Amino acid sequence: MNAKLGIAIARRLGASCVSLVFVVVAVFFITSALPGDVAQSLLGQAATPDAVAALRHSLRLDEPVLLRFASWAGGLLRGDFGMSLVSHQSVMSMVHERLLHSLLLAGITTLFAVPTALLLGTLSAIFRNTVFDRCVSVLTLCVVSVPEFLVATLAVLVFAVQLHLLPALASISDIHSIGSFLAAFSMPVATLGCVIVGQMARMTRAVMVNVLSSSWVEMAVLKGVSPTAIILRHVLPNVVAPLFNVMALSLSYLLGGVVIVESVFHYPGIASLMVDSVASRDIPLVQTCALIFCAAYLLLTTLADVVALFSTQERSRA
Amino acid sequence: MSGHSPPPLITVRNLCLTGRRATGPETTIVSNVSFDVAEGEMLALIGESGSGKTSIALALTGYARTGCRIAQGELRVAGHDVRTMGASELRSFRGKTIAYIAQNAGAAFNPALPLMEQVIEPALTHHILPRKEAVDHAIALFEMMALPTPHTIGARYPHECSGGQLQRIMAAMALITEPEVVIFDEPTTALDVTTQIEVLEAFRVAMRQCGFTGVYVTHDLAIVAQMADRAVVLKNGSVQEEGPTGQILNKPTQSYTRQLVAASQPHLRNHDALPPATPLLDVQNLMVGYGAIMPNGHPRHTIVNSVSLPVRAGETLGIIGESGCGKSTLIRAIAGIQPWSGGNMFFAGEPLPPRIEDRTPQQRQHLQLVAQNADLVLNPALSVGATLRRVLTFYNEDASDAALNRVLDMVRLPAAVAGRYPTQLSGGQKQRVNLARALAARPRLVLCDEITAALDTVVAAAILDLMMELKRELGVSWLFVTHDLHALRSVCDHVAVLYAGHCVEFSTASALNAPPRHPYTRKLESSVPEMHPGWLDGVIRQNGLKPGRVAPIPAHGCCYMPRCPVAVADCAQTPPPTWQAPSGALINCHLQAPDLS
Repeated sequence: MNAKLGIAIARRLGASCVSLVFVVVAVFFITSALPGDVAQSLLGQAATPDAVAALRHSLRLDEPVLLRFASWAGGLLRGDFGMSLVSHQSVMSMVHERLLHSLLLAGITTLFAVPTALLLGTLSAIFRNTVFDRCVSVLTLCVVSVPEFLVATLAVLVFAVQLHLLPALASISDIHSIGSFLAAFSMPVATLGCVIVGQMARMTRAVMVNVLSSSWVEMAVLKGVSPTAIILRHVLPNVVAPLFNVMALSLSYLLGGVVIVESVFHYPGIASLMVDSVASRDIPLVQTCALIFCAAYLLLTTLADVVALFSTQERSRA
Repeated sequence: MSGHSPPPLITVRNLCLTGRRATGPETTIVSNVSFDVAEGEMLALIGESGSGKTSIALALTGYARTGCRIAQGELRVAGHDVRTMGASELRSFRGKTIAYIAQNAGAAFNPALPLMEQVIEPALTHHILPRKEAVDHAIALFEMMALPTPHTIGARYPHECSGGQLQRIMAAMALITEPEVVIFDEPTTALDVTTQIEVLEAFRVAMRQCGFTGVYVTHDLAIVAQMADRAVVLKNGSVQEEGPTGQILNKPTQSYTRQLVAASQPHLRNHDALPPATPLLDVQNLMVGYGAIMPNGHPRHTIVNSVSLPVRAGETLGIIGESGCGKSTLIRAIAGIQPWSGGNMFFAGEPLPPRIEDRTPQQRQHLQLVAQNADLVLNPALSVGATLRRVLTFYNEDASDAALNRVLDMVRLPAAVAGRYPTQLSGGQKQRVNLARALAARPRLVLCDEITAALDTVVAAAILDLMMELKRELGVSWLFVTHDLHALRSVCDHVAVLYAGHCVEFSTASALNAPPRHPYTRKLESSVPEMHPGWLDGVIRQNGLKPGRVAPIPAHGCCYMPRCPVAVADCAQTPPPTWQAPSGALINCHLQAPDLS
């Protein structure tokens, strides 16, 4: 049984590794195909063609694309993500701090959003087609469909500009107390939370409705089992796998999809770093950021699948 | 009612149940239903689908499905006034005073929990027994239900048990709290007839030993005769007739009950002489399976094993066997949607390629498949007319309104049906449209996969009548797959009996009644419930019950050997020969005519 589970997990991890290789290839060639040129953008409009060519040569941009890919991929294997073309710092050191900031934001949002979403989704599945369910449904639909730049901008307008309750910028460098922590994070987290909770609550509801309308739940009701016990004992083991997938899909958005929120609140995360590096055509930085987003997505979905394998291992014997 | 009868344990007075779809007005499901059940009595609720019998049974537990509501009436069960109880009172009432056995045990067990956890749950929930004693009690109940390996079966998950086992385990789950009332909701409908006997017998043993009061919901009058003391006949949510079982079955007073009884009686529909022996479809030594191809060229799991069947032009060939015997796979192979790994097929003298893509347009047109479940086959977004017209244009037939009406007329549907959508049709009408879809292609052979299995008795009888009329009018041949021996006898010219992918007997339908017969044919025959009350006792006395796990099929011997009551030593060693009985039947068995009579 355990050997079988081990093989299944190893296969899943192997599949993820293969996907990762494809991601590495895709990231490199897509970013290489981006229009624009770092030498041109560094030197500005007035640069002479000779100066641009000289800079291109010194940055090794004139080498064949396959050769550049080989040296880049080789660097990745050694843990070397290359040097920024613009700041001449190592990409690793530039990304490091930004990634921590992003993970902090994602982590806080997760802590707040996941329980809320699961609770809302489960409750509206239990009380489906009641007024409560309809309210949650309409609310989550509104929240999902309003673009986040609007939510973020409105939040700034109301809480920072009109009410002067919170600072408009999330400056995380001067967090000294709980108060300043809340001031910095409440608006970005709330904005991100809106989208995540809306999405996740709706998907949770769908998963739960599906399970709750099964005939074994009806059977449990007819045995006199209490609603709490039905949810915890009967339903939970059956929804672990789909719910982890729901969470993985929603949470993977927290690293890559937060460009707008980071920009609006001037939050020094990795998404805003990527936007800046695209603007300056700093390709190694763009590649690393893209790679991090893809890897996070891959990691979360793999994790969800491994959890699913664990949750059904008892049943899949023999 | 005599004055001496004890006070009823269940009293239902003027019960009305209503329901509504997601949108739309509230409609009445059950109106003004009243009945009593005395202590220790078994009452049958008889009715076809939509008669409200399950809704009434569920209402006894104070439960109504989503969208449904107990609108009015009085419900008294074992001294409880069900309608006035609050949520927590209902919880301690359900599972303790009244237990429910659901129709489909496969779906009614939680797939993620071991069976024992679920079986002892009512006892733990209602604090009747501590865990250890509950487990012991469950094991005792498993023994009473004649389940194999009663000490360890509880550790299995639902998907590790067969349907018949699950149904008995569910009965054990219901009885673990020693409830006063047990509701049986069509508990054997989804089972094969041979399994049904074991389950029915287990229920009767439980009734004798535990002495509960029962409500048995079913549409099968023969089961009612075995299980119930009294019966209530329902139609469209109202009571048609009520009385002792014997009276309902033998002297029904209401026309609907008479109609039901008549439809359940076996009756011969096929009166035509056997057509001349020109095979239209000739299946020779067909092997079909699933899984990876093994070194011997056959798939890992063989489903149909060396089956040969001739279908004559203008006849009906019936294929019978229990679930999993390979009858649907055989049909799918003939239809060209399941490739075969060995054997040949000839259609109208021409070889028939395994893949439908390789067949000629004529072959495709002349060989039509009618699937079991019309709900799944008919496109809900297309009107009946559009569905049929598509067939006509696909085969370059005349697709005018007149042609369309002709097709609908063939299946006795009014022309107005052309404008309707599948959801606006009844089950029987949908099955007629399903047939019409096949007939529109002007086929020579129609493959019918259990087309009456999902229909009510009366509706199914009408479909069988229609099949026979079409056979006479159009001269089509039918290949009729079923697990219902009555239906098979009633419409078929020839019959093939399938067991574990082998054709164990091939005979004319009339020879099926006369010995010698294959032991499995005999078993099937004796397993079909009959309407007289002593039937089950007789079968049990005759065959005995063989609980326990059946041995695997021997690699080289006879496929039926593990279950065969007359098996001899040879059966495990060599494959049985096929020999011809005087009646013309081809029997695949080691034993000879005198032993099989």
